[in-house]
Amino acid sequence: MTQTYQEPLVTSHHASAPVIEMLDISITFGNVHALDQVSLRLYPGEVHALMGENGAGKSTLIKALTGVYSIDAGTITVGGQRHEFHSPSAAQAAGISTVYQEINLVPNLTVAENMLLGREPRRFGGIHVREMNRRAQQTLRALGLDIDPASVLGEHPIAVQQLVAIARAVDVDARVLILDEPTSSLDGDEVEKLFDVLRRLRADGVAIVFVSHFLDQIYEIADRMTILRNGTLIEERMVADTPRLELVQLMIGRELEELDRLGRGSGSVPDPSRVPVLEVVGLSRKGALEATDLSLYDGEVVGVAGLLGSGRTELARLLFGADSADHGEIAIRSTRRRLRSPRHAIDRKLAFTSEDRKAEGIVGDLTVADNMLLALQASRGWLRPIPQSVRTRLVQQYMEALNIRPADPQALMRNLSGGNQQKVLLARWLITDPHVLILDEPTRGIDIGAKAQIQSLVAELASKGMSVVFISAELEEVLRLSHRMVVMRDRRKIAELSNDDVRVGDLLRIIATEATDVEQEGSSDD
Amino acid sequence: MSTTVAESVTLWERVRTYSPPSRFLPVIVTFAVFLGMFGVGGVRYEGFAHPQVFLHVLHDNAFLIVLAVGLTFVILTGGIDLSVGSVVAMSTVIAAKTLELGWPPALAMLTVLIAGTLLGTIMGLLIHYLDIQPFIATLAGLFLARGITYLISVRSIPITDETFREIAYASIPLPGGHYTTWLVVVALSTVLIAAYVLARTRFGRTVYAIGGSESSAMLMGLRVALVKVGVYAISGFCAALGGLLFALYLLSGYSLHAVGMELEAIAAVVIGGTLLTGGRGYVVGSMIGVLVYGTIQTFINFDGTLSSWWTRIAIGVLLLVFVVIQRVATRGPR
Ligand SMILES: Nc1ncnc2c1ncn2[C@@H]1O[C@H](COP(=O)(O)OP(=O)(O)OP(=O)(O)O)[C@@H](O)[C@H]1O
Ligand SMILES: [Mg+2]
Repeated sequence: MTQTYQEPLVTSHHASAPVIEMLDISITFGNVHALDQVSLRLYPGEVHALMGENGAGKSTLIKALTGVYSIDAGTITVGGQRHEFHSPSAAQAAGISTVYQEINLVPNLTVAENMLLGREPRRFGGIHVREMNRRAQQTLRALGLDIDPASVLGEHPIAVQQLVAIARAVDVDARVLILDEPTSSLDGDEVEKLFDVLRRLRADGVAIVFVSHFLDQIYEIADRMTILRNGTLIEERMVADTPRLELVQLMIGRELEELDRLGRGSGSVPDPSRVPVLEVVGLSRKGALEATDLSLYDGEVVGVAGLLGSGRTELARLLFGADSADHGEIAIRSTRRRLRSPRHAIDRKLAFTSEDRKAEGIVGDLTVADNMLLALQASRGWLRPIPQSVRTRLVQQYMEALNIRPADPQALMRNLSGGNQQKVLLARWLITDPHVLILDEPTRGIDIGAKAQIQSLVAELASKGMSVVFISAELEEVLRLSHRMVVMRDRRKIAELSNDDVRVGDLLRIIATEATDVEQEGSSDD
Repeated sequence: MSTTVAESVTLWERVRTYSPPSRFLPVIVTFAVFLGMFGVGGVRYEGFAHPQVFLHVLHDNAFLIVLAVGLTFVILTGGIDLSVGSVVAMSTVIAAKTLELGWPPALAMLTVLIAGTLLGTIMGLLIHYLDIQPFIATLAGLFLARGITYLISVRSIPITDETFREIAYASIPLPGGHYTTWLVVVALSTVLIAAYVLARTRFGRTVYAIGGSESSAMLMGLRVALVKVGVYAISGFCAALGGLLFALYLLSGYSLHAVGMELEAIAAVVIGGTLLTGGRGYVVGSMIGVLVYGTIQTFINFDGTLSSWWTRIAIGVLLLVFVVIQRVATRGPR
């Protein structure tokens, strides 16, 4: 085991002792060694990144610390004393505040309640609702968020829920703040706001654990990192001393060629003589999307760029019939259709992976294989079972193509790491062999190696004739894959441009400029 | 009658400003149905819309209100308690038997309440720590409580204790020449206390949180174990209290009392707008649910030509209608 410990250099608390020290922690689930003698040291006043691929054991290590899982071997010391938490509430009481990877809030209560549940301000022995809302408002404002604290949480989009979860965690006076992929559904702006808060807390001496698959974010905020691979500790490093390439190699244990192999998408101008596979005119829904036109052609990747709340997801849901449109026409191969429900869309060979995998996709108590075959089975009708040999072949094929781990088709879905669950969802739709594939944030929470795999898979599918709508908050990714790009803002399409030498800066400029300028820019690009 | 309506309107206004109204839709609908029934009854039958009739409905169903309140706690967490009817029977028999043996009335009451709470707590412990399905654990509780009742006495024991009779027969004067009973006072107090606990205490909010997502509640560091066991203890306590009211109402203890009453209570809770999957609902709704049930019975009494089985049919239809309304209401905008 290579354990090269280094003294923390960056922090002002140079000589201080670690607040938390986890030594040789091991955890097994059945025959899966989720953690094998992993150690972690947290110092006050540092941002410590936990790095590793999907399934490396990051979330498990966090849950071992906060008492969600009990450890099989190893020791945990808190403030120099041996201490093991037996429940998340015990960890919380000891000043360890955690945002878990799957947003863990209750949808049926208000935003304020979700932020303050368990420590509500009280008056005369009862909860002081007005004071609670005021305090929640104050914390949200400090994070630069404009959310009504009295609104019901479940009515908000997933990104807002993630922000509320973060707000809940930073609101307490914690010694240790743990954030497991807090930024997976956030946009650049919100990430910046979060980082401002983290910097402030770090200056106050809080020890922060930060998990993210976005390397840019790691290099921006983290001081030190612990790298895990397959449940083992690889190394503890200073971020400043570790070049990106080396970090990626440490994480995946091999050279990363796939990203290089993947060229970037080149532009394509819709040929008016071709018949679009899917064409919408004036598609709109009140409060979700203003009248939008869009044509999709075979073999083409259309990227959708835009900030959070710009109407990206709404467009996808309307295209798929998950929400019904107020106005607009949809034609599939120039035949007019009405997509009243996802079922209709599936029958017409459309597929859609939702951004909200927890609520809309995963059946935790079914096996990975069953989860993968769900959409195919549904489209065949339940009375025509898929032959066993075909099932096995399909499942095997996609487990390999997407490198799903553990490579056991009979594993229960809920036991997979977050990123691997996302891959299974993607496989579910790829198996149906759609003509149009709508991907809403397909690479969220997916590690860098798998991301490259998914991207090359998308490129390959397009080259075989599939039409892909690719929605992502990561502009680089959109640029790399798309032939054509649609830019959304304020719930409408503000530009459509072919991908000829467009740069991230260009896209950002379009998103930021006034709508009228953009119209010209969009039409003048060819 | 008019005063009651005015009061609930202001209460409703207060509640309304506190959170979005869509959550209250089922309760509003139930309340509207209740008012509608009273209106129709008032037009069809002479004397139906009299405030004293309403007070009688309250009196006749006081025990059911208390039962439904306890059950609401359990159902809000996503659980169920099937034992409440049996606990009512057990409570009447314990009360009658201990009084027959000459225990002081206060001690008899205390014994009843402790027995019910204890049974509820045991079921809660089994459900939380051994992860037994609430349906199964409380089904066992149902048989157990009924069995104990038979063990104590198979025959009906009349209650002749002076204090009990006094409480049962006392009438409390109200303005306007009306009167009510201690049963009603106890039932309404239970509703008020429970509504406060659910809306304004950490315990109460944790009940809703568990109903929303138990694993989230646990990861948020809430005291899930305490609250989960607690709701069954509360339900047991309320069932015992309901049993005491039932004993006062009939002035007897009998092992065949309250057979199937748990189902009536569950129906009332559902009609009152509480989701069986947990996380949504209000005790006030459950109370109105009971009142709807009671009003249907009164309807049939006033009519005189209808068989009492129509109560069941009406409840069945209402239950279906309300489940449909809930489905539509909770589907929401997305
Ligand atoms: N409750 C469980 N039962 C069985 N296996 C589990 C359980 N929880 C996690 N695992 C397994 O442990 C391994 C580590 O999972 P973990 O969630 O810690 O990964 P991770 O590093 O957080 O990945 P990601 O980046 O995808 O979130 C995975 O192989 C996962 O399948
Ligand atoms: Mg994880």
